[in-house]
Amino acid sequence: MKKFMTGNDSAALAAKLARVKVISAYPITPQTTIVEKLSEFVANGELDAEYIKVESEHSALSACVGAAATGVRTFTATSSQGLMLMSEILFVASGLRLPIVMTNVNRSLSAPLSIWCDQQDSVAVRDSGWIQLYCENNQEILDSTIQAFRIAEETLLPVMVCFDGYILSHTAEPVDVPEQSEVDGFLPQYNYPYALDPEHPGSIGAVGVPDYYEEFRFMLQEEMLKAKEKILEVGKIFAEKFGRKYGLLERYRTEDAEIILLTMGSLAGSLKDMVDEYRQHGERVGLVKLRSFRPFPVRELKDAVGNAKAVAVLEKDVSPGLSGALFSDLSTALINSKKSPLLMNFICGLAGRDVSPLQIREAVKSTLEAVEAGEVKNPVRWLGLRETLMGLR
Amino acid sequence: MMKNISDVELLAPGHRACAGCGCILAIRYALKALGKNVIVSMSTGCMEVVTTPYPETAWRVPWIHVAFENVAAVASGVSRALKVLGKRGVKSVAIGGDGGTVDIGLQALSGAAERGENLLYICYDNEAYENTGIQRSGATPYGAWTTTTPVGRVKRGEDRPKKDMPAIMAAHGVPYVATASVGYPMDYIKKVKKAASIDGPTYIHVHAPCVLGWRIDSSKTIEVAKLAVLTGMWNLYEIENGVTRVTFKPPRRKPVSEYLKVQRRFRHLTDEEIMKIQQMVDEECKRFGIE
Repeated sequence: MKKFMTGNDSAALAAKLARVKVISAYPITPQTTIVEKLSEFVANGELDAEYIKVESEHSALSACVGAAATGVRTFTATSSQGLMLMSEILFVASGLRLPIVMTNVNRSLSAPLSIWCDQQDSVAVRDSGWIQLYCENNQEILDSTIQAFRIAEETLLPVMVCFDGYILSHTAEPVDVPEQSEVDGFLPQYNYPYALDPEHPGSIGAVGVPDYYEEFRFMLQEEMLKAKEKILEVGKIFAEKFGRKYGLLERYRTEDAEIILLTMGSLAGSLKDMVDEYRQHGERVGLVKLRSFRPFPVRELKDAVGNAKAVAVLEKDVSPGLSGALFSDLSTALINSKKSPLLMNFICGLAGRDVSPLQIREAVKSTLEAVEAGEVKNPVRWLGLRETLMGLR
Repeated sequence: MMKNISDVELLAPGHRACAGCGCILAIRYALKALGKNVIVSMSTGCMEVVTTPYPETAWRVPWIHVAFENVAAVASGVSRALKVLGKRGVKSVAIGGDGGTVDIGLQALSGAAERGENLLYICYDNEAYENTGIQRSGATPYGAWTTTTPVGRVKRGEDRPKKDMPAIMAAHGVPYVATASVGYPMDYIKKVKKAASIDGPTYIHVHAPCVLGWRIDSSKTIEVAKLAVLTGMWNLYEIENGVTRVTFKPPRRKPVSEYLKVQRRFRHLTDEEIMKIQQMVDEECKRFGIE
């Protein structure tokens, strides 16, 4: 059934359809309406779950850890500063291999304080051992959140479903909502094999002395790499059941593309329109939309962009002192390749600033110029920067 | 074994606690009182570190450690999951040291208490961050030397009194708050049993000497624990639904100097400083009707 829904409502409804048993969350803009909706579901008896009204995001995730380890399906949602406050426990959740699912509604980080969208928050915790899936639209939010529970529970890795604040969280779109029975058929009952249980006492969270610690980290790395197959497998099963296809990334008109744009999240929608415009003028521009940022699909990305002359990475984050994080990860993916396209990085859309067609054309133009010159000077550039405001240059 | 106390050991021997550790007794006695139908969440600290060096564990009950400041939140999650699973007979128990409770873990504990979570929280109080090497906490008593309250030319140990954590918990309106001491195990065990039987948030603050931090001989743990109570430096009481009841009154309260002089963390104290502590303790005891 098609429903007209915001991104936040899609995330909340997906958690309900997944029959989560413990929700533990704290309000933060622009995530708040997710937990409001879930509170309503619980208050109305539409969702049979415990809702823990915690006093912080740190406790929100901590309570999820306790509940997941005791053997029930858990969910939380946050944004920005809230994710930063959780960051300590993010590493614990993955280290303990607890299949927690979280929504992160992407929002910029202080300072300066901003409630608007960029992806700095989740990108900043890319090394926390969580699978990170990024969504382009509200349908993807609903579908990816449902899939996230199955991916998490079959890999014993926590999953963070990320989508852009306001652009998706507060914007309504038609979303195809599956029936509860269909989701029940797709998502098996939660079954955590190491649950805390007095009948089978075990210890979770022991001290990892130097003789053991490194192996734990290695195993986490191995499982994250293997999770790529699980994301593909779950995406395939989902497609068979619901008719919508999901993988590690999406290729849009890349077959013969000379220039490929690479991005994550809702910007992919705008870029698809721009690609169509270029194609109408006979210019071979394509798009790769990355869905799985962690695990990072090295082979699939190589396949997708390897034959292009240049890749322009457009991203809403920056690792100050280097470049955008997606750009540096792509560079890592292409290292040791016999043939690599030229790589350009465009930092854009920070704190909700619109990424305009004009800016995108500027990015494509600079990339074309690099292709013509056969080299890249100054690979990291900023789009839409108001230099007059900075008293620089 | 003392009568009415289970001889089942749910904390295995072979853990790495110091000889004479008071805190490990607090854990061992608590488990004797609780029995096996518990899930223990534990904050980072001495007891966490000494009981679970991977691949070993001293815990014969299910146990989880997540971080330092969040044990009340973890135990809340455990408690709610138990509710969802319909495991009514299993109690969620959180255990933290004084640093993990009165300082860094206070927010999570306050949240759990205010929400009315069904869990028992036990704070084992050795009056400093002993795990990191004797740094002061909010529970360090006035005058005590620690590595961050050194005795120098200008400063002479901890300059603030101990935080009154049981009063803070009582102010949350929780149904049961009690203090205890490893020097009085029968009193402690009785309180743990009572607290665990109550459906709601309950809190026990157990005083437990640290041989390393308090600078005492490892054979003196119980003696020093008892002296704290006998001098009124640590009082044993319970607050049940807001009503305070002293559970042990020293027959004739000893001067605080008898407690202070056996611990080298207090050895720098002058007669005037001891007098000041005596006055503080007299005031505190008056509150509880202990003469």
